[in-house]
Amino acid sequence: MVQKTGPLLEIRNLTVRFDTSNGAFTAVDGVDVSVDGREVLAIVGESGSGKSVSMLAVMGLLPDTATVTADAMLYDGRDLLQMSVAERQKLIGREITMIFQEPVASLNPSFTVGFQIEEVLRYNMGLDHRAARNRAVDLFNAVGIPEPETKLDAYPHQLSGGQCQRVMIAMAIASNPRLLIADEPTTALDVTIQKQILDLLMDLQERHGMALILITHDMGVVAETADRVIVQYQGRKMEEADVLSLFEHPQNAYTRALLSALPENATGDRLPTVAEFMAAEARA
Amino acid sequence: MTDAPARLSDAAIRRQMLAEFWFYFRQNRGAVIGLWVFLVLVFVAVFAQVIAPHDPTQQYRDALLVPPVWQGEGQARFLLGTDAVGRDMLSRLIYGAQYSLFIGIVVVAIALIGGIFVGLLAGFYGGWVDTVIMRVMDVILAFPSLLLALVLVAVLGPGLTNAMIAIAIVYQPHFARLTRAAVMGEKEREYVTAAKVAGAGKLRLMFKTILPNCLAPLIVQATLSFSSAVLDSAALGFLGMGAQPPASEWGTMLAEAREFILRAWWVVTLPGLAILISVLAINLMGDGLRDALDPKLKRS
Amino acid sequence: MIRFILGKLLYLVPTFIGITIIAFGFVRILPGDPVLLMAGERGITPERHAELSALLGFDRPIWVQYFDFLGRLFQGDLGNSLVTKKPVMTEFLTLFPATVELGLVAILLATLIGVPVGVLAAIKRGSVFDQVSMTAALVGFSMPIFWWGLLLIIFFSGMLGWTPVSGRIGLLYYFPDVTGFMLIDSLLSGQKGAFASALWHLILPSIVLATIPLAVIARQTRSAMLEVMGEDYVRTARAKGMSQTRVVGVHALRNAMIPVITTIGLQIGVLMAGAILTETIFSWPGIGKWMIDSISRRDYPVVQSGLLLIAGLVMLVNLLVDLTYGLINPRIRHK
Repeated sequence: MVQKTGPLLEIRNLTVRFDTSNGAFTAVDGVDVSVDGREVLAIVGESGSGKSVSMLAVMGLLPDTATVTADAMLYDGRDLLQMSVAERQKLIGREITMIFQEPVASLNPSFTVGFQIEEVLRYNMGLDHRAARNRAVDLFNAVGIPEPETKLDAYPHQLSGGQCQRVMIAMAIASNPRLLIADEPTTALDVTIQKQILDLLMDLQERHGMALILITHDMGVVAETADRVIVQYQGRKMEEADVLSLFEHPQNAYTRALLSALPENATGDRLPTVAEFMAAEARA
Repeated sequence: MTDAPARLSDAAIRRQMLAEFWFYFRQNRGAVIGLWVFLVLVFVAVFAQVIAPHDPTQQYRDALLVPPVWQGEGQARFLLGTDAVGRDMLSRLIYGAQYSLFIGIVVVAIALIGGIFVGLLAGFYGGWVDTVIMRVMDVILAFPSLLLALVLVAVLGPGLTNAMIAIAIVYQPHFARLTRAAVMGEKEREYVTAAKVAGAGKLRLMFKTILPNCLAPLIVQATLSFSSAVLDSAALGFLGMGAQPPASEWGTMLAEAREFILRAWWVVTLPGLAILISVLAINLMGDGLRDALDPKLKRS
Repeated sequence: MIRFILGKLLYLVPTFIGITIIAFGFVRILPGDPVLLMAGERGITPERHAELSALLGFDRPIWVQYFDFLGRLFQGDLGNSLVTKKPVMTEFLTLFPATVELGLVAILLATLIGVPVGVLAAIKRGSVFDQVSMTAALVGFSMPIFWWGLLLIIFFSGMLGWTPVSGRIGLLYYFPDVTGFMLIDSLLSGQKGAFASALWHLILPSIVLATIPLAVIARQTRSAMLEVMGEDYVRTARAKGMSQTRVVGVHALRNAMIPVITTIGLQIGVLMAGAILTETIFSWPGIGKWMIDSISRRDYPVVQSGLLLIAGLVMLVNLLVDLTYGLINPRIRHK
């Protein structure tokens, strides 16, 4: 049994500012996030809420125009912001991995998917060519890609969106990460495939004992997957609670507005927009 | 509910677009420098007769190959020296600006108008008209531009007019291609269908509806062709096929200067420098134009 | 893939026919009687005129002439030079290697310098290196290359005396023409100093010829890299913990090279125009200079055939570029 000594990832007062031609833009404003090992945390919000940006900041994937400041950004107690590039490199792609929204665009079109996953195995896990190939086949099986030996030699444009996302997931779990960040992994996929991918993610999370941060705009997904939820709006944290409490007793007006927009919660023949809901609440 | 935003008139919209464009253009320092240099060039060309200290064809028999004023035997009345037959370099260079601007404008005008016309036809009608036209364009493009221009000039006879026509013919396919591509892209758009349904005739569709939306790449290509025209006509002049002596076209000046490269560096360096600065200025502007028009392209 | 190749080939046929028509036709567009033109100022007797007209086929209907022309073309007969009286094809084959040697070295220089500069400028976007190199590229792109060549001659040959002014090799050396490439032949000849002489003669002209392609390649590489670096898959490579070197050198570069290689190939066509000017300045005995001389000497069979051959070559190179593009772009290679 792993001893819980504190959150796996702890972020306090994170602010991310971008230099744009129209001045500085604050994408994330004083947000706190923490995740324990083996926990599923959902970060939910509309587009522009800054939910992806905070995680990209953790991974160090933001462009040079971004300024990241925080009181603390700790992984396993270690300060990510103060770390040297070399030390951070040992974590990113190994202990902390990420998958993205557009799976086909996220894979390099000029290399086979086999090359791209074996790259992770050879460079991050130190496997030799033969071992990497075998392990790649195992991983493809684990994520549900049929005929893995053949598929390894395929190029991304020859695979479907769902298959590409499975490849991304396989690459992300190849190094047995302790934390997997999934940025809207199903948004760009077919509705029928969405459930399959989500189920796969949840299954892998449990089997490998990873922490999973799931970024989404879909409250339905949150309901089915998360242990805890953070609601973000325009770069600020609106509410944080465990999933049951959030759905049954939402504290924040914005959260209530989001929930009321779910088809399941429909009253009347029109789903209210967030603005309409908030205006209605203010009047009540 | 808030009111719908007030509708802007066509003129107001255009003014707004222009202001936006100028905002982006201004941010590119190189482009602004290029613009200033170009304006200086235009000024020099227009007021050549007033600015130039001497007549460009006047030969001073007593002052052959005089170096520029800052060198040894330089003379104050010939600030940049004289050439092999005693003509003042500065005056010749100033009048040369007239040639370069004239050539650039004429060549671009011909290539642009011809190319747009051809491209509109090809893009609009499609089918075999398109195929035939584009094949002809391909044939022209298969020849290295300078070579084709040279041969054309050889056929028509050396001289400035023929050089300009030859170069314009060689550049025309670029405009034709751009126009055709833009037309084909715009043809299927809703505003075109709307205009057609409203009863717009083919000509009106071509010129008033579609063309204004294809202007951006054409403008960028026009600046590129302007600078290429200056370079190519100078090349033709250098090869003896363009403006003929005693014309003070910069390329022609270089042709005459070739034998003196080791004796009188200013006869060779200065005309070429003039070409370089002019072409550089235009290219800088072109770069700035492209960058300024691009964000608009992406947004519209 | 096969369909891709065939499609490209078929596309060429009408273009090639168009080229032959232009090459064939331009002599006949010349104002005046072609035989008189070829006779020049000396004039010609009516009998000789009739003789030559019959000999050169000018008295026959134009389409018959054209098909004669095509027929001879496919047999490799391009007529004889009016000046040297030798077959045009032979002269072409003798002079062609000189231009190829110059062009190859030039494009090699342009690529080997241009690509790394473009990549670095993209990585260090906005830095001093980026601004300086891109400005230099713009200057190189804006320069009249005949003037640039003259300047370099003034400086390196005139003032410093490092490089020779013209020709392919020092006059002292003479050895048999094995490949037509001076660099190789001079090495093969084993004569002392021959290779060095050939090299020194080659340096300035190739630098001059390489200038514009270098500028274009550097700029294109930079913009291709910038575009690629912003793509999702580069972010994925970083997320996988790959080193910056690998992300740029493998993931980004591989994709950026696709448009860049196309650019390099297209520059070869541009080189032909540049070669005309460069060879004239450096008295480099290649086909560029040959064309210029022939045009001014009114050696029309040479001009006609030279036009045809050069355009044909450019078309061939463009075809190869298209095919290469199909090969290196996996989306086309693996349908």
